Amino acid sequence: MRRLLIAFFALLLAPTLVVAQDAMPPAPYAYRQLDDPAKEAKAQALMETLRCLKCQSQSIADSDAPMAGDMRHQVRTRIAAGEDPEAIRQWLIERYGDYVSYTPQVKPITWPLFAAPLVFLALAALLLRGRFRRRADNEGDKP
Amino acid sequence: MSGEVRKKPGLALWLPLILFAGFFALVIWGLVRPADREVASAFIGKPLPAFDLPPATDDRPGLATAVFKAGKPRLLNVFASWCVPCAVESPQLAQLAGQGVEIDGVAIRDRKEDVARFLAQNGNPFARIGKDDLSQVQLAIGSSGVPETFVIDGKGVIRYQHIGDIRPEDVPLILAKLEEAGK
Repeated sequence: MRRLLIAFFALLLAPTLVVAQDAMPPAPYAYRQLDDPAKEAKAQALMETLRCLKCQSQSIADSDAPMAGDMRHQVRTRIAAGEDPEAIRQWLIERYGDYVSYTPQVKPITWPLFAAPLVFLALAALLLRGRFRRRADNEGDKP
Repeated sequence: MSGEVRKKPGLALWLPLILFAGFFALVIWGLVRPADREVASAFIGKPLPAFDLPPATDDRPGLATAVFKAGKPRLLNVFASWCVPCAVESPQLAQLAGQGVEIDGVAIRDRKEDVARFLAQNGNPFARIGKDDLSQVQLAIGSSGVPETFVIDGKGVIRYQHIGDIRPEDVPLILAKLEEAGK
């Protein structure tokens, strides 16, 4: 039983042992905030909407993958240099496609996404209008 | 009035079920379909961004964009000594180098001594190796992991991206893409 347990825990640990990591220290701005709080806030907001390409369900702000660290460094140094967050997002989209951005971009393929709420609102208004009319008619019928 | 409302319940009755069935089918399809976790570079067909990397080993020069504009197609291999599949693909890189293909390497987040050890173990097919400590060149060309191999034509334009290790069966395709880039 004990051996089984040990084997079980060894199995649990195995993946972390197999995954190769580099021996390099993290990039300077991977874990260090910018000194200017306004710029850091901008960088943080952008990093939360950029996908980590290694662990694809995480943002680069959430991920500890070395590549995400390098991407944070890239974002922070560019923001510190005065670059616009959306320009940095476009720079990455140019290289990795829309997939890298969690914030959907307005372009023909995403128009339905932005149009859907309006369409549903209009539909609801139309349906409700019919209902209210009918009720008003019913009440009008009452003696 | 109420009789008019009850007149045609057919579609209204079945619509929710039909919608649910459609949604259910979508979810099942999403679960069953093999997941594609590879992020292809959107930078294919575009010129290599300008970079100038210091050497990653003592016996090979560093890597700058200018090298790729010399007129002959080359391979750009993104690798790292800490990456296991990179060691797996080394015989294929050696084979390509043996056939006269010029290969340049970009070592991602790597120390000089580790690169030297890796090349001593697995052979060195590279003409030049640049040291990319902050993954800057990797990000600039839209590479999302190691190993990845890019075919660059003689004008410095990225023509093809191979994601993952080059298996023996991938070699003919890489050679074909190099030839295509040389035309």
